[in-house]
Amino acid sequence: MASKVATKKSRKKTFEKSEINLKLSKEKKIALFKTVVGIRRFEERSLQAYNQGKIGGFLHLYIGQEAVAAGIVSLMEENDHIITAYRDHGHALAVGMNMNECMAELYGKYTGCSKGKGGSMHYFAPDKRFWGGHGIVAGQTPLGAGLAFALKYKNIKGCAVCFLGDGAVNQGSFMETLNLVSLWGIPVVFVIENNGYSMGTSLKRSSAEESLAKRGEAFGVNWDTCEGHDIFEVRHKANEAMSYARDKVKPFLLEIRTYRYRGHSVADANHEKYRTKEEIETYKKNKDPINLLRKKLIADKTLTEALAKEIDQEKKVEADTATKFAEESPYPPKTEIITDVYWSVDNDEKKQLKGTYFFND
Amino acid sequence: MPLITYREAIKQALSEEIDRDENVCILGEEVAQYNGAYKVTEGLWEKYGDKRIIDTPISEAAFSGLAIGASMLGIRPVIEMMFMSFSYVAFDQLFNNASFCRYMSGGLMNVPIVVRGPANGGTNVGATHSHTPENLVANHPGLKVVCPSNAYDAKGLMKSAIRDNDPVFVMENTLLYGEKWEVPEEEYTIELGVANTLKEGLDVSIITHGRCAMIALNAAETLAKEHSIDAEVIDLRSIRPLDEESILHSVKKTHHAVLVEENKPFCGVDAQISHLIQFKAFDDLDAPVHRVSAIDAPQIYSKPLEDWQIPNETRIIESVLKCLA
Ligand SMILES: Cc1ncc(C[n+]2csc(CCOP(=O)(O)OP(=O)(O)O)c2C)c(N)n1
Ligand SMILES: [Mg+2]
Repeated sequence: MASKVATKKSRKKTFEKSEINLKLSKEKKIALFKTVVGIRRFEERSLQAYNQGKIGGFLHLYIGQEAVAAGIVSLMEENDHIITAYRDHGHALAVGMNMNECMAELYGKYTGCSKGKGGSMHYFAPDKRFWGGHGIVAGQTPLGAGLAFALKYKNIKGCAVCFLGDGAVNQGSFMETLNLVSLWGIPVVFVIENNGYSMGTSLKRSSAEESLAKRGEAFGVNWDTCEGHDIFEVRHKANEAMSYARDKVKPFLLEIRTYRYRGHSVADANHEKYRTKEEIETYKKNKDPINLLRKKLIADKTLTEALAKEIDQEKKVEADTATKFAEESPYPPKTEIITDVYWSVDNDEKKQLKGTYFFND
Repeated sequence: MPLITYREAIKQALSEEIDRDENVCILGEEVAQYNGAYKVTEGLWEKYGDKRIIDTPISEAAFSGLAIGASMLGIRPVIEMMFMSFSYVAFDQLFNNASFCRYMSGGLMNVPIVVRGPANGGTNVGATHSHTPENLVANHPGLKVVCPSNAYDAKGLMKSAIRDNDPVFVMENTLLYGEKWEVPEEEYTIELGVANTLKEGLDVSIITHGRCAMIALNAAETLAKEHSIDAEVIDLRSIRPLDEESILHSVKKTHHAVLVEENKPFCGVDAQISHLIQFKAFDDLDAPVHRVSAIDAPQIYSKPLEDWQIPNETRIIESVLKCLA
C-alpha cells in the first residue's frame, strides 16, 4: 500500500540535526550557501541584461526557489541523474555548470553551454548528469522515468530526480508516467516544485485536489510534502525520497512548497495582479531561503557576517564576469544552423552516409 | 477605415461571433482572468464571464478532446493554443479525432471547432516553441488551415473559421499581433480557399502565406526599385482548402514562380504547391520553381542566426534573382 511517509515527530527546527544534515562538514555548508547565493546573483544579473535588451526570448527566473535545486543536487550520488523544465538556471548552476557558459547561452553566443542553440529553457550538462532544461510543460516527466529505467536495466544502483511544476501535474503524460513507474518499480523521484502558480493561475484554479503529492496514492506511489525555503528540510525529505528510490528501486513523489518572486517569465507583466504585492513581500520577509540559510549558518558559526558578505560579493563579481564574457563572445557562425541535428551526419568523417539529410535549395 | 492591430482584429472576430452565436465559447490556458498570454482575449472574460471564456489547466490533450466532444452536441468551441507548438501534446485529439471522426462515421457527424494560436518563429525562444505546423494540419484530410498575414484577413478568416462546420486551424503570428492595418467597421467575412493578390506583377509570381507574405511584399518593392523586376505577390491566406486557380493563373502570366514560407522545406506547404505548378503549368514555366523556406534544422535560439534561418527579404530577393537569371 502506498502512503504518505510518516513524518518523524518534532518537525521544524530539528532538520539541521537530522542525520543527513549532521553529516555536512563546514566546507559543505559553505558550499551550499555559495550555491544559493550564486544562483540568485546570476539570475539578477541576467534580468538586468534582459531589461537592457541584450538578451531576449523567455527568461524564467528561479529567484525564491533556490533552496530546492541546491538542496536536492547536494544529495546526488555518483549514479544519480536529474532533469527539469524550463525554469532551469538554478538546477544548472547547482550541478556545477559555470556562469560563463550559462550566461553566454542566454546571449545566444557560441560559447554558451549549447552553443547558443537552446537558450534559457534548454540548458543541458550530461557530463554532470543533468539532462535538461525542457520547454514543454511536463515533457520532461517521462524522460525522468526513462533515466531511472535505464539505471534499473543496467543494474546500477541510483535514482533519477525529475522536477516539475504545480501546473505540470495536470498533463496527461505525467499521470501516465506515474502509473508506469509504479507498475514497473522504477527508481525515480518526482519533485513537484509547488510555487503556487502556473503562470497566472493559482493552484486552486488549476487542480481539483490541492494536495498534489496525494495523487501518488492512486498509483501506489509513496509520497510526502516538504517546505522549500529551508534547505535543511529539503535535504532531509529529499534524502528520504532518494534513498527509498535507490534502496527499494521504487518511485517516490515529493511535493515541495516554494515561491517565485518574479513573474512567470520576465515578460509576465501581470504578476502583481493575480497575486498581491503583500503576498510576495511576506514570503520574502519570512521565508527567503538565502536569508534563512545565512542566519542558520551564522548561528552555528559556519559563517560570520563578514564571510557571508564576502561570498555575496564574490558571486556578484562572478556574475559580472560572466556577463562580460557573454558580451565579448561571438555569435555562432551561420554554418552552425545545420550542425548538431543528426549524430550520424556530425560523425560522418569518412563521408560514407547515403541519402540526403538536408533540403536547402 | 480604422487602423487596428492584428491582435485587436482577432479579438473583434471572437467577440462578434460570441455575440452572434450562443454556442461559441473560448477555452485555453490563461485566456480568461489573465487576458491571454498574448492579450488576444483581453477584456473578453470581463465582458462574457466564466461560461463563455474558460481558463483551462495545462492539459492540452484534455481540453482539445473535450472541445471535439462538445462540438458533437452543437457547441462551437474556439480553443487557444498558447503556442501552436503546444498542440503537439494534443496530437491524437487533433490529428486523429478532430480530423477523422466525420469520415469514420460515414458522414454522420461533423466537428465544428477552431484551434487558434501563434505558429511562428523569429522570437528567440528556441526549437520547442517555434513550430509552423500548417503543413502537418494540411496533411490530414478532414482538417482545414488558414494563415492570416494581416489584421483584415485575421478578422475575416477567423469569423469564417468559427462558422465553418469542420475543424479549422487558424495560424496566428506573435510578430504580427502588434502590427496595424485598416479594418472596416462593417461586418465582413473572408471565404476559405480564396487567395489574395497583394501586388500585381508581370515578371515573377511570389507565392506565400502568413507573415512571409508581408516580407515578400517588401522584397517586391525592393526588386522593383533596385532591379526593375515587377513581381506579383500572391498571399494564399488559406492552405487547405487551397486556391489552385489563383496560383496557376499567376504563374501562367509571369512564367516564373518563387515560393516563400516559414515552414521547413521537407513536405512543407510549398512542396505541394511546387508539385501543382509543375503538374498543371509545366509548359508555362520558363525556369524551375524556386523555394525560400526556413533553413532545414530545428529552430536555433540565437537571435541573429534565427533571423537568418527564417525567410527574410535578402533571401527572397536572392531567390527571385536566381529564378530570373
Ligand atoms: C504543453 C505546454 N503548454 C503550455 C506551455 C506554456 N507554459 C509554460 S510554463 C507554464 C506554466 C507552468 O507552471 P508550473 O508547472 O507551475 O511551473 P512554474 O512555471 O511555476 O515553474 C505554461 C502554461 C508550455 N510551455 N507547454
Ligand atoms: Mg508553478
